[in-house]
Amino acid sequence: MNTNNILRNGLLILSFVLMTVSLYLVFVFVPTEREMGIVQRIFYLMVPTGWLALLSFVIIFIGSILYLVKRARKWDILAMSSAEIGIVFTTLALIVGSIWARPIWGVWWTWEPRLTATLVLWFIYLAYFMVRSLATDPERGARYSAIVGIIGLVDIPIIALSTTLWRGIHPGPVIFSGGLAPPMLLTLMVSLAAFTSFYFLLLQYKVSAKNDESLINTLRESIKSR
Amino acid sequence: MDQKDKASRDLAIKARDLAKPFGSYLALNGIDLDIQRGECVTIFGPNGAGKTTLIKVLATIMNPSAGTVWIDGINLKDNIEEVRRRIGIVTHQTFLYNNLTTYENLDFYCRMFGVPNRKERLLEVIETVGMTSRLHDRVGTLSRGMQQRVSFARSQLHKPPIMLLDEPETGLDQDSISMLWKMLKGSTEDRRTIVLTTHNLEQGLEFADRILIMDQGKIVYEGLRQSLDLPGLKKAYKSSTGALP
Amino acid sequence: MNFWHTVAAITWKDTISEMRTKEIVSSVLVFTLLVIVIFNFSFGATQQTMKVVAPGILWVTFAFAGVLSLNRLFVPEKEQDCLEGLMVCPVSREAIYTGKMLGSLIFMLVVEVIALPIFTLLFNLPVLSLQIVTITVLATFGFVVVGTLFSAVAINTKAREMVLPILFFPIISPVIISAVKATEISLAGGSWSSLVPWLPMIAAFDAIFFVVSFLIFSYVIEE
Repeated sequence: MNTNNILRNGLLILSFVLMTVSLYLVFVFVPTEREMGIVQRIFYLMVPTGWLALLSFVIIFIGSILYLVKRARKWDILAMSSAEIGIVFTTLALIVGSIWARPIWGVWWTWEPRLTATLVLWFIYLAYFMVRSLATDPERGARYSAIVGIIGLVDIPIIALSTTLWRGIHPGPVIFSGGLAPPMLLTLMVSLAAFTSFYFLLLQYKVSAKNDESLINTLRESIKSR
Repeated sequence: MDQKDKASRDLAIKARDLAKPFGSYLALNGIDLDIQRGECVTIFGPNGAGKTTLIKVLATIMNPSAGTVWIDGINLKDNIEEVRRRIGIVTHQTFLYNNLTTYENLDFYCRMFGVPNRKERLLEVIETVGMTSRLHDRVGTLSRGMQQRVSFARSQLHKPPIMLLDEPETGLDQDSISMLWKMLKGSTEDRRTIVLTTHNLEQGLEFADRILIMDQGKIVYEGLRQSLDLPGLKKAYKSSTGALP
Repeated sequence: MNFWHTVAAITWKDTISEMRTKEIVSSVLVFTLLVIVIFNFSFGATQQTMKVVAPGILWVTFAFAGVLSLNRLFVPEKEQDCLEGLMVCPVSREAIYTGKMLGSLIFMLVVEVIALPIFTLLFNLPVLSLQIVTITVLATFGFVVVGTLFSAVAINTKAREMVLPILFFPIISPVIISAVKATEISLAGGSWSSLVPWLPMIAAFDAIFFVVSFLIFSYVIEE
């Protein structure tokens, strides 16, 4: 068994165990929040999806820089794979955020700062894919999307700051400032760990699938030119 | 190493193992080149053979994905700006701005190359291509042939010892083409290194010291001018590329 | 060769070309005026509503005008492959970026210099104040620093007119938010110190993205 398989199986087992534990914690263990009620449990899904939306972009950023400097396809594959996973979680974060907004504020969509910033992030992901598919050749597409990957990540904190200053209603950044009861914090941490492990599992699958794809293309091309 | 370094310093252009992919197709696939100072090399080949890509790599417009280029013994990676100062390029695109006059275009490129005594040099060069009377006309209003003459002047401003020409005759009428060949021959007299790609076998052969034929990113044929005539070249072209010239 | 000498040559080349054709400035200006008029229709144009919507109108107009003018920025470089002509010159790619960026900044500022007084006139609002001019200059600089980079990207894509706004708007959203807010405060008679979170925000955006775009521009144009 090669290292890739060990890594993959390890992540698979880890994700499965953590997911199971986190489901137990979210639905059985953690007490219901006093003011918001049962709906507050969405929180344990909302924070991890938002976190993965960001984490994916950080990986895109790293892959993009390495690709531009080293021009090796594997870094573009890493960035691209992370983007494909990232946009799914960003979409999920928006949907979950809407579901959260409905009972709390009585509307499906509110221009709440973090939700707004996530929406802008979603558009940046979209730009990442569009510029790649509309570029005149694949190598250009890879380079241009790497540019979006770099500019996008640098922009995220500025977007977050400007939307926060622009609007301001939310349960505040209470998560790490001791505002969360210990069982809730534990549940959140386990969910975060479970989703992070799941992300790396998906990333591993995506990267190896894309590597195989590019290998097949190279082989096909070499057969054709013979 | 000293031996090798000295050898590459004596060459105007030296390239090793150049590769450049477009998608999963290789436009350059392991090109080696050794071009002496003062040598004229003509490259033939069907469309898509990689001629333009090779010129662009030598001209520092494109980076090869693998391999190394030395121009006058300078590695492209070490001092690319010095290399650029030594290269003049003419392609079927003129690199001229249509809304600027001939004078403004040339003056702009003088500034970009840091040419001393800009005005003097500019007038001198424009004289050699016989375009002095159109100095203050917008380039967009000139005919294709005249534009190409101005473009040739543009490539001469900084007195490059190495000229790269990528199908310079494309889209020109017969008169402009013969004018162009005359200008090119004029520039061979001062012992400059010239690399030319063209579809015109006759002119390209007459002009060259050495002939290369490219196909599918590789150099598939190499021959000296002395050992070739036009029918011989046509035969070589057909047998090495499988296509009609 | 001196960096700023090259920058000046490129900006100068773009400027005389534009002065001759007025392609960008005239079309963008007409577009800007039309947008202002159409917004007037759609908001009923009472003095009361105008006070509320004017900052938004101003910045939506300038942002769209920016996209329109940035879309044209690399068109002359693409005709006759002039960008390749620039690339074989012994000048740094950063100088090419800075020169193009400054040219674009000049075109945008010219449009705004004409549009702001007209805006003042049509909306009957004091848009022509030192505060708003400052906001405009800072925000426009923010537009062009990223816009020049993306314009160079978009020129090599299919459907470039659509690619540029898709890249441009999400990235400059902090500038738009800040410029709208600052204009709102300024129109309500706020002091310089009340503009504080917003003006520094735009200035920070400008500085950060000038550096980042400056550094990565060469990766856009080098194949």
